[in-house]
Amino acid sequence: MAQMNMIQALNAAMDIALGKDPSVVVLGEDVGYFGGVFRVTDGLQRKYGQHRVLDTPIAEGGIVAAAIGMGVNGLRPVAEIQFADYIYPAYDQIVSELARLRYRSAGAFSAPVTIRTPCGGGIRGGQTHSQSPEAIFAHVCGIKLVMPSNPYDAKGLLIAAIEDDDPVLFLEPKRLYNGPFDGDPGKPAVPWSTHPKGEVPDGHYTVPIGKAEVVRAGDDITVISYGTMVHVAQAAAASLGLDAEVIDVRTFVPLDVETLVASVQKTGRCLIAHEATRFGGFGAELIATIQERCFWQLEAPIERVCGWDTPYPHAFEWEYFPGQARVAAALTRVMEAG
Amino acid sequence: MPRPSRLHVPRTPARPGEAPDFSYVRLSPAGGVPRPDVVTAAADIESLSVDLIRVLDEEHRAVGPWNPHLDIDILQVALRHMMLTRVFDDRMLRTQRQGKISFYMKSTGEEAVAIAAAMALRPSDMLFPSYRQQGLQFVRGAKLVELMCQLLSNTRDMCKGRQLPVMYHSVPGRLFSISGNLATQFPQAVGWAMAAAIKGEDDVAASWIGEGSSAEADFHHALLFASVYRAPVILNVVNNQWAISTFQGYAGGEQSSFAARGPGYGIPGLRVDGNDFLAVYAATEWAAERARKGAGATLIELVTYRAAAHSTSDEPSRYRPKEDAERWPLGDPVERLKGHLILLGEWSEQRHATLIGELEQQVAAAWAEASTYGTLTDGPRLDRDLMFEDVFKEMPAHLVEQRELLRRERS
Repeated sequence: MAQMNMIQALNAAMDIALGKDPSVVVLGEDVGYFGGVFRVTDGLQRKYGQHRVLDTPIAEGGIVAAAIGMGVNGLRPVAEIQFADYIYPAYDQIVSELARLRYRSAGAFSAPVTIRTPCGGGIRGGQTHSQSPEAIFAHVCGIKLVMPSNPYDAKGLLIAAIEDDDPVLFLEPKRLYNGPFDGDPGKPAVPWSTHPKGEVPDGHYTVPIGKAEVVRAGDDITVISYGTMVHVAQAAAASLGLDAEVIDVRTFVPLDVETLVASVQKTGRCLIAHEATRFGGFGAELIATIQERCFWQLEAPIERVCGWDTPYPHAFEWEYFPGQARVAAALTRVMEAG
Repeated sequence: MPRPSRLHVPRTPARPGEAPDFSYVRLSPAGGVPRPDVVTAAADIESLSVDLIRVLDEEHRAVGPWNPHLDIDILQVALRHMMLTRVFDDRMLRTQRQGKISFYMKSTGEEAVAIAAAMALRPSDMLFPSYRQQGLQFVRGAKLVELMCQLLSNTRDMCKGRQLPVMYHSVPGRLFSISGNLATQFPQAVGWAMAAAIKGEDDVAASWIGEGSSAEADFHHALLFASVYRAPVILNVVNNQWAISTFQGYAGGEQSSFAARGPGYGIPGLRVDGNDFLAVYAATEWAAERARKGAGATLIELVTYRAAAHSTSDEPSRYRPKEDAERWPLGDPVERLKGHLILLGEWSEQRHATLIGELEQQVAAAWAEASTYGTLTDGPRLDRDLMFEDVFKEMPAHLVEQRELLRRERS
């Protein structure tokens, strides 16, 4: 076991995949010599060479399209899109091509591409470095969709994603790269070494895609979240002294309905927290799924705490971000309802 | 015996610890490239996309057919604008380091690109810049305080706190809103120019992108639409050699010049010394005249060097030699125009130093004023209600409701 932050854990996952399988290649803007603007691919080109770890032109559509072609020709590409906010030039290649290739060719062709991309706010990135686009991709059929909330899951899920024969979009909440974050920007940063999930096995392991995790068991209320908001939600529940059951979704597609439903059937109350905008957000899918299966056990309406339905504003980052106070107020409402 | 194919990876000329190597930069002597008539067909002037248009020679003389023969007062204004850009950039970098603004991007070493183009165009021409042409703002009359308030996201911020620093715009200055997403403005400028042609107006549009961003599909959309409709647009590729850590070879600069992409679309390509104020001015003037005569677009590659970091989040010593900038064969644009004016007897080291002092004072005074309208760390703040405005022209009910929720959160 080693202490790792999320950057090191993701780096270790790619290192293991590159070392184990000669068909794995890593490509993206600044990922090679420089090691990525967030240092996630640091040292990989030095170790595996310029034919395994490729710097690319600034062309997200080209990166994903080339990864598809490589995947069809026997490679297992891991493409980095420098910021999730910059993924849209690749949207057609992801939605119309990568996600549907297996389906439209009746299994004759497929491309085991993993696309990694940093997402989320909290780093003063403004509207072009802060977006959480998971719902936009969750609506697409044929691509798995993952977001870890800690170094242990990051490494295990990324190895699983690379080894998966289906395409996987792997969203990395960049505010968590260097440490867990409870939503209070005024507090000094906390490193991952203070967190149990900063403890990461050295070798190969996987965290299964399609499995949510109960990160804290409890009986009062189910709080469903993912990415940065897992930590915010836990802190908010703790601040109220609630015996909350906190669930980290981890995989959006395919969704672990069983874990979510079992929890809400037990607690009878549910709050969903995500950083992405509310309207048409992934929370809507969660609420629909849960009310279909838990309606008769629910003691209160399910609530959502989300980003506002505006672009992420530079000057109002912390008014936009659904922080502890907003989550705590919603928890109180759901607890007092019914 | 046939050999299996082998993946080519562009060779970066020099990395940290190696000697700078600019042997790949194809140079032409100043004054050595012909200046054709502005309505010449692209196919007849392909050599202009390979050679390098230069006016200022090693002795600071203005030579050759591209010399725009500008009046002394225009040259002095140009030098002042370039020096102001540099002083402003240096000061804003310091304020970022002090935590007063969140982010900054300097244009050091590339000042001539923006200043010369803006001065060669008419005030009514519309500009679609990327994030590194702040010089356009100074030529178009932006107030320092106004720019600083945007950088500060403060109560006088033209973007109402919504954009990262440097993502300015100006309605009176005819400067389009800068996007953090790369290359998007390039085909938009073409559309603007198409509209001008549809309406029968003789304004032209000009846009700028980095050579790195020219890899995006939007670059090709721009050239295609400009070609098909002969749009009155000037498309500038600022080849500053580096896209963060990747050298211009990764954008396709190894096999041919960026200007050479123009002729493939039937658009003239001009490859220009981007650190030569007079050459950039002359090339822009040529392209604008061509556009106004109905002959369509021009692609201009401005060969320059990004002497500063990509942004305040970047550390170039990790990926290129420290002494790269000083060894750049096209020199420094401010020094070159200064040398020219001194040679003409219209400037001196003394006047130069005095002007730097004046500009520093001017920038410091503007900063003092801008700060009173709020900084990241203290002073007045924008009203948070503004967050919900301008998503749509009229605020829909769900945003009215969310604004109310935030108000209640505060009380």
